Amino acid sequence: MTTTQAAAAALATAGRTRTSPRRRAQVSRGVQYGALLVVVVVVAATADWGRVGAAFADPAAVRAIAPLLPRAALNTVIYTVAAFAVGLGLGLVLALMTLSGVRVWRVLATAYVEFFRGIPALLVVLAFGYAIPTAFEVRFDSVVLQIALALGLVSAAYIAETLRAGIQAVPRGQVEAARSLGMSPTATMLRVVVPQAFRIVLPPLTNEVVLLLKDTSLVFALGLATSDYELTKVGRNALSDPDGGLTSIVAVGLVYLVLTIPLSTLTRRLERTTGHRGHV
Amino acid sequence: MTTTTAGTSAADAPAASTAPVVAISGLHKSFGPRHVLRGIDLEVAAGEVVCVIGPSGSGKSTLLRCVNLLEQPTEGTVHVLGAEVTDPDVDIDLVRTHVGMVFQQFNLFGHLSVLENCTLAQRTVLRRSRAEAEEVARRNLALVGLADRAGSTPGQLSGGQQQRVAIARALSMDPALMLFDEPTSALDPELVGDVLTVMRDLAEAGMTMVVVTHEMAFAREVADRVVFMDEGVVVEQGTPDQVIGAPAHERTRSFLARVLDPTHRHPAAG
Ligand SMILES: Nc1ncnc2c1ncn2[C@@H]1O[C@H](COP(=O)(O)OP(=O)(O)OP(=O)(O)O)[C@@H](O)[C@H]1O
Ligand SMILES: [Mg+2]
Repeated sequence: MTTTQAAAAALATAGRTRTSPRRRAQVSRGVQYGALLVVVVVVAATADWGRVGAAFADPAAVRAIAPLLPRAALNTVIYTVAAFAVGLGLGLVLALMTLSGVRVWRVLATAYVEFFRGIPALLVVLAFGYAIPTAFEVRFDSVVLQIALALGLVSAAYIAETLRAGIQAVPRGQVEAARSLGMSPTATMLRVVVPQAFRIVLPPLTNEVVLLLKDTSLVFALGLATSDYELTKVGRNALSDPDGGLTSIVAVGLVYLVLTIPLSTLTRRLERTTGHRGHV
Repeated sequence: MTTTTAGTSAADAPAASTAPVVAISGLHKSFGPRHVLRGIDLEVAAGEVVCVIGPSGSGKSTLLRCVNLLEQPTEGTVHVLGAEVTDPDVDIDLVRTHVGMVFQQFNLFGHLSVLENCTLAQRTVLRRSRAEAEEVARRNLALVGLADRAGSTPGQLSGGQQQRVAIARALSMDPALMLFDEPTSALDPELVGDVLTVMRDLAEAGMTMVVVTHEMAFAREVADRVVFMDEGVVVEQGTPDQVIGAPAHERTRSFLARVLDPTHRHPAAG
C-alpha cells in the first residue's frame, strides 16, 4: 500500500467523529456562556439593590464632591505633564548614556535605572515631600516642581528603557547607510535613528503617560494646600466627610477613566498604525 | 565622470593620475577569534570595474566594508583616493562622501520619501541648498529610471526600485568610487535585470566600481577584472575570461561549477 492509500484508509475509518477538535471547541464555548449566565442570575436575585445604589451613587456625596473635581483633575493633568517633561528629558539622556561607547556612562545610567525601578515611587515622593527638605533645609517654592521632580525621576528610569529599546530597534543597516554617505554619528542619530525610533516608542511612551497619570495619586501622601489637591487627595478627604464614602471614590475613579481611556485608545491606535509601517 | 581629484582634498596630498583609487595592502580582519580576512592585497585603478566573487562566508562583504571602514581592519593598510583610511588622523566621514555604497538589503531611510533619501546627506554633509540637492537627486533618479517616484516612500516600491533608489542616493554625493555588496541577491529574479542595467550604464560612463556579486553573466560582461576569494584570501584574479572562462585553481573551478549549476541557482539574468 502506498503512503497515499494508507492515509486515505485511516481517514475513512476515523476521519468523521462527533469528538472532532472543532466540535469539542463548540461545546466548550457553550459551557462557558452557560456558567456566566448562572452567575449573573444568582447575583441579580440575591443583591440588595437599594443598598448598592446608595453606596455607589449617593446624590448627597455627588453634590459634595462635584465642585472640587475640575480643579483636582486640572492639577492631576498639570502634575502629569510636568513629571513627564522631566522624565522624558532625563530619560533621553539616560538612554543615550546606556548606548554610549564610554563605559562610565553605561554603568552610571544602568545603576540609576535599576535603583529607581527597584524602589516604590511612593518612597521617592515621601523623600521629596519631607526627607529632602528637612535634611538639606531646602524649600520647594513650587509644588508642581516638587512633584515633577519626584515622579519625573522615577519615570525617567522607565522611559530610558523604552527609548533605549526603540533606538536599538532601528535596524543597523540604517546607521550603516547614513555613515557610508559621510554623515557624522550625531547627524546619523538625529536625522536617521531618532525619527524612526520615535515612531517605534510612541505607543509605549503614551502608555508611560497613563502610568504616570495614575502615579500622581501618590502625592496624596503630602501635606498640600487645598488648591494643590489632585484627584486622589480629594477622594481621600471626602472619605472622612459624613456625606462621602464609596460614592466619592467612584466619582474620582470615573474622572481618572475620562483621562486615561482616550490615552489608552490612542496608544492602541498608534500601535496599529506604526505597526503597519515596516522599516526598510 | 570619474574624478579622483575629489579625493585628494581628503588626503591633502595630490595623487598622480595613475594612482589607484583603492589600494589594500596586507589586510587582516578578525572578529574575536574568527580570522576572516587573511592577508589581502588589492588595487583598483580609476575607471576600473572589479567584480569580487567567492563562496558564502569567504569574506567578500568584510573586504568591501573595510574599504569605507564600516569594519575596522585588524591589520594592514587601506588607501582610498590617496587617503589612508586606516590612519586614525584621517577624517573618515570626508573620505566616505567620495565613496558610495550599495547594500544587499537596500537600507533606504524608511521615514523619508525617495527624494529625501537622496537629499539628506547632500544637505547635512555637503551643505548643499535644498534646490541644488533636489536638482541633483532628480537627475540621479532619472538616471536609474525612477524620476516619477520621487514622492513615494520606500515601502511603496518594489525591491528592484528600492535598490535603484539606493544607487541614486549614493550617486547624489558625486562619488569617485562605488561599492556594491551583492546588490541583486535580495531581489526577485525578474527584478534583477533592471538593477544590473543601471550598474552596466554606470560602468560604461566610467565609474570606478567594486562589485561583490553572484551574477556571473554580469561579471563576465562588465568587469575589467574578476577577483575570486575563498577563506579570507584572494585565490586568483584576472580578466573575466581568465577567471570565469578558464580558472587556474581547483577551488575556483568547484565554486564556479556550483554557482553555474542551474539546479542550485537560476542562470544569471541580464
Ligand atoms: N560583525 C561580525 N561579527 C562576527 N563575525 C562576522 C561579522 N561579520 C562577518 N562575520 C563572519 O565573517 C565571515 C565572512 O563574512 P562575510 O559577510 O564577509 O562573507 P561573504 O563572503 O560576504 O559571504 P556572503 O556571500 O554570505 O555574503 C563569516 O563567517 C561571518 O560569519
Ligand atoms: Mg556578503
